[in-house]
Amino acid sequence: MSSSLSPRERMKLDRQKMPEQDPAARARNFAEVNLGFPEQMALIEAERCLQCKDPRCIKGCPVNVKIPRFIELMTEGNIAAAAQSLLGDNSLPGVTGRVCPQETQCEIECIRGNKGMPVGIGYLERYVADWARNHRDQLATTKAPPTGRRVVVVGSGPSGLTAAGELVRLGHDVTIYEALHKPGGVLVYGIPEFRLPKKIVEQEVERLQADGVKIECNVVVGRTYALQELREQFDAVFIANGAGLPVFMNVPGENLKGVYSANEYLTRVNLMAAYEFPRADTPVLVGRRVAVVGGGNVAMDAVRTARRLGAEQALIIYRRTKAEMPARVEEIHHAEEEGIHFEFLTAPVEVLGNEKRWVRGLKCVRMKLGEPDASGRARPEPIPGAELIVDCDVVVVAIGTRANPLLTSTCPDLKLNPHGNIVVDEQGMTSLPGVFAGGDIVRGAATVILAMGDGKRAARAIDAWLAAKPHATTSA
Amino acid sequence: MHRVVQRRQLSPNVTLLEVEAARIAQIRRPGQFVIVRLGGNAERIPLTIADANPAEGTITLVIQAVGKSTRELVALQPGQAIQDIAGPLGHPTEQIDSGHAVCVGGGVGTAVVHPIAQGLHHKGLKVTSIIGGRSREWVIFEQELRALGDVLVCTDDGSYGRKGFVTDALKDLLSTAGADIVYAVGPVPMMRAVATLTRPLKVRTIVSLNPVMVDGTGMCGGCRVSVGAETRFACVDGPEFDGHLVDFDELMDRLGTYREFEQRAAQCPDGPCRIGLTAPAAT
Ligand SMILES: Cc1cc2nc3c(=O)[nH]c(=O)nc-3n(C[C@H](O)[C@H](O)[C@H](O)COP(=O)(O)OP(=O)(O)OC[C@H]3O[C@@H](n4cnc5c(N)ncnc54)[C@H](O)[C@@H]3O)c2cc1C
Ligand SMILES: Cc1cc2nc3c(=O)[nH]c(=O)nc-3n(C[C@H](O)[C@H](O)[C@H](O)COP(=O)(O)OP(=O)(O)OC[C@H]3O[C@@H](n4cnc5c(N)ncnc54)[C@H](O)[C@@H]3O)c2cc1C
Ligand code: SF4
Ligand code: FES
Repeated sequence: MSSSLSPRERMKLDRQKMPEQDPAARARNFAEVNLGFPEQMALIEAERCLQCKDPRCIKGCPVNVKIPRFIELMTEGNIAAAAQSLLGDNSLPGVTGRVCPQETQCEIECIRGNKGMPVGIGYLERYVADWARNHRDQLATTKAPPTGRRVVVVGSGPSGLTAAGELVRLGHDVTIYEALHKPGGVLVYGIPEFRLPKKIVEQEVERLQADGVKIECNVVVGRTYALQELREQFDAVFIANGAGLPVFMNVPGENLKGVYSANEYLTRVNLMAAYEFPRADTPVLVGRRVAVVGGGNVAMDAVRTARRLGAEQALIIYRRTKAEMPARVEEIHHAEEEGIHFEFLTAPVEVLGNEKRWVRGLKCVRMKLGEPDASGRARPEPIPGAELIVDCDVVVVAIGTRANPLLTSTCPDLKLNPHGNIVVDEQGMTSLPGVFAGGDIVRGAATVILAMGDGKRAARAIDAWLAAKPHATTSA
Repeated sequence: MHRVVQRRQLSPNVTLLEVEAARIAQIRRPGQFVIVRLGGNAERIPLTIADANPAEGTITLVIQAVGKSTRELVALQPGQAIQDIAGPLGHPTEQIDSGHAVCVGGGVGTAVVHPIAQGLHHKGLKVTSIIGGRSREWVIFEQELRALGDVLVCTDDGSYGRKGFVTDALKDLLSTAGADIVYAVGPVPMMRAVATLTRPLKVRTIVSLNPVMVDGTGMCGGCRVSVGAETRFACVDGPEFDGHLVDFDELMDRLGTYREFEQRAAQCPDGPCRIGLTAPAAT
């Protein structure tokens, strides 16, 4: 592919369609849905970029990836340089290329979207990232000389991993403490294999370890170590423990057998590999009819998981309409293709059980959309008397998560907002000097890229803070 | 990796393992537990820290072999290792400052009650333990508990100590010596019976609940129990709760969620056996 196309020629190129597994087949397996561009398609898609003088896509990206630059390097046939450029801006592009809501971030801003389809920025990011993962040896890594400073990162989700990678390159001695037995946070326990293969996260973790990051699993900060101890033993702390506390509906019947939080359901299947039972020891209830309550990415992941586990019917119960669903557009589309059923404008009011206390259905009420609420979305209101019963034998509650108080409740000096999220300043520093925080524990349930952005910013702020701090003292 | 340094058979189906876990040994307090994962594709299962030796950097687990995971754990020999141990988890036992504490342990619960009794004894309380088992060979931790105070033993068949349930002995004790607080750990029906007995007498009763857990950090909600009007997560809000407020029926019921799976796991341990299993409500 030459890089000498005229703008007119570029405009003639159609957006390349991501090759996917056939919907009927994939609805019954856990392999990745999107197969990735072959080289030829990636290069055609790259040629679609107009290399705008004032690229709007960059502003749409929460971490301002220099999008046209890496695309340009692709079209010049210099994939290694493209990878180098991309990795300079985003340390987990193989993850974000798969899970970012590009349609509301970079791609919505892309000038080509004014007339036709925007450049497939996410797909290109994924392509370059996958190349980079398999060609590590062709990428230069720079590492500053050791500073002698020790930094501890609490939690190994995208925020913690990004901060750790950044800090180790700045020459600091970095240890990650992770509560679970496997690093990756939501990337390994929440987001399913068919969207984000675990191998990708594993490779990223191995790369960090090769760069010198130490990861200790099974360490629950707040229990195994108090935050205060970490402050004494390390020169700085970065808290990125996520927002992992599941919210339940608070309706009667929620403790019947067959009701799961999405966290439990997905953790059993992803982290504990319950879909392999009995080859894996952790079980999960399969269900003939599985009802998932919610409309975000978590709900989509749960309902598509239910289908793959073998549910005859897997359905979404959502209190607004398709237009208000916060899930990524691609996930909703994929779910539809896989035969997921949607009940919009429907809200559960009770979980119904049989005489043995197993779930047998969900009593719901129909909703209508009213005035916009604080989030700007139309507020759903129940239609009096409009009740219906949805038959199901498994219910998965995916209506959100909140900050887990396990750690924060053990340090009363750490300033929290009324929702229990940690309050930070512009640098990402908490009310405790030398203690920084980022990701979902600060923002509430947000996105991978925002968590990563926080990690990167905090790493730089920690670096600056350490530089200003005299050596050989411990903070108290 | 956590090496097993000692293994001892305590009763026909209860085994003591002393394993390396230096940090946990240093800081654990009575009432806390760990989440253990043997390795490979193993489950995460909760086990109480029955004792600890901070100098040696070891903790003691007392495990009743009831299913696949526990059977695999008790088969470990000294020198072999457990891959993952996370903790100490849960709140330490609520203790009173003075008076008479009665610790009731049934079966493997006796091992769980032991660190509680230890803690109370060290605080200077008078401790009476009531422990039970099916027959003589099922009674565990008697000597250890005798070092901390009086011990009343009950067996179902009368082969040792008093014939009958621990609740019979507790009833008599409450009417004679009385108690300022009762701790009860054991099978759910036993804890429920203790709570039923002490409720009208208004004797504060603490029970240690054993719902199915996954992460043990408050992330999944699978361990939820109803206490009073509230839903609590046993792994972070407990595992000990006011026995007079616990909905034991619900706990008992939820513990049966995976019964069919457990039976299958017991039957075909490693097989490529792939019989589809659906939620029982559908069948
Ligand atoms: C099912 C699901 C699907 C999602 N899909 C998308 C998507 O498609 N796109 C997108 O952008 N976002 C998605 N999100 C949101 C995104 O995953 C999160 O915003 C992001 O993972 C937050 O990163 P984090 O690093 O702050 O926290 P987490 O990823 O939550 O990681 C926190 C880590 O800290 C550990 N931890 C917690 N407490 C402690 C402690 N006390 N001590 C030590 N370690 C601790 C946890 O075990 C965990 O590993 C999804 C979330 C879920 C649950
Ligand atoms: C806080 C706490 C402390 C505990 N302490 C001890 C202890 O010190 N010694 C001891 O022998 N047992 C203890 N248990 C119980 C122990 O965790 C279970 O017996 C074990 O998980 C059973 O696993 P299995 O695969 O061998 O049996 P399975 O065949 O899987 O199950 C047998 C029964 O064990 C229960 N169970 C199954 N999976 C779990 C799980 N993940 N979490 C909790 N319960 C489960 C269920 O009631 C089930 O019916 C404790 C439980 C809790 C919650
Ligand atoms: S806005 Fe679109 S066309 Fe313009 S530089 Fe960015 S990706 Fe290329
Ligand atoms: S075990 Fe998951 S929240 Fe308690």
